[in-house]
Amino acid sequence: MYLSLRDRPTAVGPKAAVPATVFLLGTVSLLTDISSEMVNAVLPLYLTAQIGLGLLAYGFIDGLYQGVSAFVRIAGGYAGDRLGRPKYIAAIGYAVSALCRIALLPAQTFAAISAVITADRLGKGVRTAPRDALIAASVPPSTLGRAFGVHRAMDTIGAALGPLAAFALLWWIPDSYDSIFVVSFVFGLIGVAVLILFVPNTRTSVAKERPRILRAAFTSSLRRPLIAFALLALLTVSDGFIYLSLQQRDAFAAAWFPLLFVGTNVAYLLLAVPLGRLADRVGRGRVLVGGHVALIGAYLLAGGPLTGLPSTVATVLLLGLFYAGTDGVLAALVSRIAAAEARGSAIAAAQTIVVIGRFAASLSFGALWTAVGRGPALLWMAAALTIALPLAAWLLREKEARTA
Amino acid sequence: MNLKARLAIFAAIVVLAAIGGAIYVLRAEREQTHAAGLPPQVPVTVGDWASVATKPHIVFRNTATGTGYGQVALVPLDASDGPRTLTPASCDRVYATAQQAVCLFAKRAMVTTYHAQVLGPNWTPIRDLPLSGIPSRTRLSKDGSLVATTTFVHGHSYASPGEFSTETLVSKSDGSHTDNVESFTLNVDGTQITAEDRNIWGVTFADHDTFYATAASGKKTWLVRGSLSARALTALRPDAECPSLSPDGTRVAIKTRGNLPPGQWRIAVHDLRTGKSTLLAEARSVDDQIEWLDNTTVIYGLPRSGDGPAATDVWRAPADGTGTPTLLIRDAWSPAVIR
Repeated sequence: MYLSLRDRPTAVGPKAAVPATVFLLGTVSLLTDISSEMVNAVLPLYLTAQIGLGLLAYGFIDGLYQGVSAFVRIAGGYAGDRLGRPKYIAAIGYAVSALCRIALLPAQTFAAISAVITADRLGKGVRTAPRDALIAASVPPSTLGRAFGVHRAMDTIGAALGPLAAFALLWWIPDSYDSIFVVSFVFGLIGVAVLILFVPNTRTSVAKERPRILRAAFTSSLRRPLIAFALLALLTVSDGFIYLSLQQRDAFAAAWFPLLFVGTNVAYLLLAVPLGRLADRVGRGRVLVGGHVALIGAYLLAGGPLTGLPSTVATVLLLGLFYAGTDGVLAALVSRIAAAEARGSAIAAAQTIVVIGRFAASLSFGALWTAVGRGPALLWMAAALTIALPLAAWLLREKEARTA
Repeated sequence: MNLKARLAIFAAIVVLAAIGGAIYVLRAEREQTHAAGLPPQVPVTVGDWASVATKPHIVFRNTATGTGYGQVALVPLDASDGPRTLTPASCDRVYATAQQAVCLFAKRAMVTTYHAQVLGPNWTPIRDLPLSGIPSRTRLSKDGSLVATTTFVHGHSYASPGEFSTETLVSKSDGSHTDNVESFTLNVDGTQITAEDRNIWGVTFADHDTFYATAASGKKTWLVRGSLSARALTALRPDAECPSLSPDGTRVAIKTRGNLPPGQWRIAVHDLRTGKSTLLAEARSVDDQIEWLDNTTVIYGLPRSGDGPAATDVWRAPADGTGTPTLLIRDAWSPAVIR
């Protein structure tokens, strides 16, 4: 099933070194995440304090993310497969996002800023699946989990550094948002340069007819995992709600709110590689299920009777564990099952299902919160996930066993 | 291309990008230091705010580049185009009565923090008000005993970005009590709206109990009348944001969307006695909480295109929909009229 023509690693097994391609793509993501998170971190402040947009206008721009990204994600994965050269598509996606940073300089109106942000999200949507397909093509199936773990850890480091860089700049030169956009562009540009110059232009397959790719992307062996992902995503409450619940429960100041994100990210980046390795050893499906057990734990802690700092810290750590056990592991699991020629499309399909499922979960959880209250709503979700998890485990386990 | 050539190209890109970025940032830094040291670009007097404050006057945020940028300034009502008097207070948004002012500002640091302070007659802070998130709107009641602040708390997450929520607090300005308006009951045409996504912002006070504000849920907004004692909000009309009560208490000036694209608003005056609304002559999009100059004229801030994002002016327009808008104070933002 592993069909990469170039970049074939010689050593196989958990002892083999992580190939340079993974570190290079990790570096690209690290630089790009510094670039994008620099802008994301100051965007609310920039729009409201500097451009003078109102609350609803900001909400509108922020909400652009949702639909746009999900739609082009599949297109990006499919285009990479069709060409047989995911690198080209990924490069276009990264380049568009980098250019968007510099486009923020002249964009001073609501319409112009919306257009730039939309283009940035399009770039992000397009590049994700081809990039994951490249990672998958660079390692043997037995170390997929670790490879994605390394990539996601580097990616998360960038996401943590970006806001720090942005606020340090704002501190030094108050209100100079233009400087932030320029520095962000520099990081984005270097990221694109690393991708274009150093990441091998792996041919994942010879260009294929459309029906073959689609058939390969939705083979029966993938159908069950996709159903499992949808089932789990529908019961995954966005971490924003969990943080909000913690904040309401313990009534701590919103100033501490960002620390919850930081805590989750730190746990995520520390655990991404160990859990990736674990996934390679015991099976990706099992780790994915384990990640959701951590999520149930987070629901119970955030919604249960225990209050105070220890419970909050434990909730945040469990959320980090959940991300480490699911995000990269999901890509590894799909890459393992999908035929190489349709890997991008398959990864894109899985990620899109998760995004849409979680969006639906957010909507329904919002309604549940209103109906039964904060704590009971989380406990209900914990119960539902506890019931659904064995079913998902069954859907996932069979797959892993058959292809192992 | 061999590895050596690629490394050379990469090194060139990194060096050029780093140098270009550094030059840009250093120039921005230099320009800012330079601009801050420049004499103000508009006529300014310093220090004698007390004598300006003896007559009816306008308090606003001075946005003229040079010294005094971002500081609160005063002009007499009858000489609004004349020299402005700077106070020592620096605010992102300010509102004032004859006795005191409320000042919202962000302190930029590694972690930006946001503050709301009540300022006394000498423009020095008397006390801090609770505040979380990015400050957006603030109003004092006529006698200065109540303060309303709207900030917005922003969530960002992997799975569902795009959630945003406001926090609107009404506090006694002596600091004794704070109420979160977001938790008040909201009635629209007899139905209670309990959706989790409802947001309240832009309070304007009528008296010690009654106020007007914006309520929103989903994509809809309403002008609501609120009661602090009943902890309730009642919708008066749809599609209305950031109300501002006229001095005689009979009308509210609002922002309204109509069929405009998102992010654009017209200003209108809603008559509380008849329920009728009149669009004003201002054709540009206004995103500000309107202020009343007197019972016949409203004033509001507008960004000035072409002069960078921070350039703003305060304009005035007749409140009955007639006439044309005229410039009231150049390089100004967040005006409050003190009669």
